[in-house]
Amino acid sequence: MTVEGRFFLQRGGFTLDVDFRLPARGITALFGPSGCGKTTLLRAIAGLEPRARGRLKVGRALWQDEQVFLPTHRRSLGYVFQEPSLFAHLDVRGNIEYGLRRLPRSARRPSLDRAVELLGLESLLGRKPHQLSGGESQRVAIARALAVNPALLLLDEPLAALDEARKAEILPWLESLHRELAIPVVYVSHARDEVARLADHLLLLEAGQLRAAGAVDELFARLDLPLAHRPDAETIIETRVAGHDAEYELSWLDFSGGRFILARNHLPKGSRVRLQVKANDVSITLARQQGTSILNIFPAVVDALAEDDRAKVMVRLMLGEQPLLCRITRKSAADLALAPGKAVFAQVKSVALLL
Amino acid sequence: MFAEQDMQALWLSLKLAGLTTIILLFLGTPLAWWLARSRWRYKFLLEALVALPLVLPPTVLGFYLLVALGANGPIGRLMEALGGRPLAFTFAGLVVGSVFYSLPFVVQPLQNAFQAVGRRPLEVAATLGASPLDRFFSVALPLARPGFLTAAVLGFAHTLGEFGVVLMIGGNIPGSTQVISIAIYDHVEAMEYGRAYWISAGLLLFSFLLLLAVYGLNRRFSVARP
Repeated sequence: MTVEGRFFLQRGGFTLDVDFRLPARGITALFGPSGCGKTTLLRAIAGLEPRARGRLKVGRALWQDEQVFLPTHRRSLGYVFQEPSLFAHLDVRGNIEYGLRRLPRSARRPSLDRAVELLGLESLLGRKPHQLSGGESQRVAIARALAVNPALLLLDEPLAALDEARKAEILPWLESLHRELAIPVVYVSHARDEVARLADHLLLLEAGQLRAAGAVDELFARLDLPLAHRPDAETIIETRVAGHDAEYELSWLDFSGGRFILARNHLPKGSRVRLQVKANDVSITLARQQGTSILNIFPAVVDALAEDDRAKVMVRLMLGEQPLLCRITRKSAADLALAPGKAVFAQVKSVALLL
Repeated sequence: MFAEQDMQALWLSLKLAGLTTIILLFLGTPLAWWLARSRWRYKFLLEALVALPLVLPPTVLGFYLLVALGANGPIGRLMEALGGRPLAFTFAGLVVGSVFYSLPFVVQPLQNAFQAVGRRPLEVAATLGASPLDRFFSVALPLARPGFLTAAVLGFAHTLGEFGVVLMIGGNIPGSTQVISIAIYDHVEAMEYGRAYWISAGLLLFSFLLLLAVYGLNRRFSVARP
């Protein structure tokens, strides 16, 4: 079930004008700086911005066009707001059942149990909202949104109001959603690390306009986008666990351009893992370096260079199909005579598992 | 201690206050809801109108009501044309007067309570499939419960103490329009300080206990809120 939409909304000096398409499953991040229109777009999708004109089709169902405006309560969606916004007069069970009770009898599946299990809320069902921590409240809010079996799940910065410890508590739950849910999920965020961990696709918003859209690993590695020029710019690499080295306690992770070797994890062979390589942790040599402690060295081809600041350049390498960002000094780029098409070797000093 | 006429006046006051409160809760709830939610730019006109009885001398309100409800007033004539009789100097007239007189005491707490609920819980309810009416009853009303308690008690107590409006449109007919506050006045006029003292003390105690109950209950409700 794909989601296709186009929205136009003018408010004060701000104009939202976005034409987008979401894939049938997986998490799409709406990403951009504060005030770029992420939340407004999400609210428009939910029908909470009645003045937003446009068109929205979810699967085969038309939710909005020039003639049609399905009110929010008739749209099959789950919405998680920035603050948990639980109903203070109901306990946790009452909150989760609220939407369920409003479904037609035929549409009620045992989704309460599933939502409760997915978010680990069994022991909290009898509590009142004021007896919950911030992280627990947000988990209840997510379960409440999921319990209605929505066709589309909308999350508006569900971690923004939480401190680091609470974020770490919620993230694994969100990742399990990612694996378990067969519906499109839209996730608003301005935190790059959350997007890198959770999202499959990215809609990059800037001042109410769609700047770019595509797979998250592709967009992170595009030199024409601001993502590749942040101090902590990184490449995301999808890999598959190929096996483990018992003697040295290492794991082998294969991707289209080769094999990463890193400290052993306990993931079963064959599972998919996302790696993160900081552009500052990659260096370039013209010949394969011998006698080095670095394990991860890959043959690569220079794809493009872009000025990063006065002293640095960002180099986009291709390791087979896989792009890799590398930040080096402008002097090094000149000394190595780097130019598109040149064959080099990429040395990756450190790599992190996005778990 | 209490003469029969005093008991009659007390009973009439309680009946008047109770009936007025019930009517005001039914009329005031949609009005307060609209005032709390509307973004109409001239809404303040209506808010000022609702608040008017707070500052208007009761005799002024009573005078206009008397003119309107009396045999020669527009409403009085309408009542006669419909085969009824004018409302002035009747219990029904007192109810109409009291509804105007106590309107802000019911509408304002309700409006504040609805405003305190905010838009967010209603938006959440909408995303969970609740229609506008459903959202009102399943979310707005329960969350505004402390406001309803305050509104009911203030409306009731304020009507109980009504004097000027009643005197203007109801006169002082024992058993029909003589309410307790007017009975006190009568006793004082007649130099029956003893009887005035007992009724006044009773009303003082009653009012205080009522407010005590409101503040106590509202505190308990607010504990259950984040």
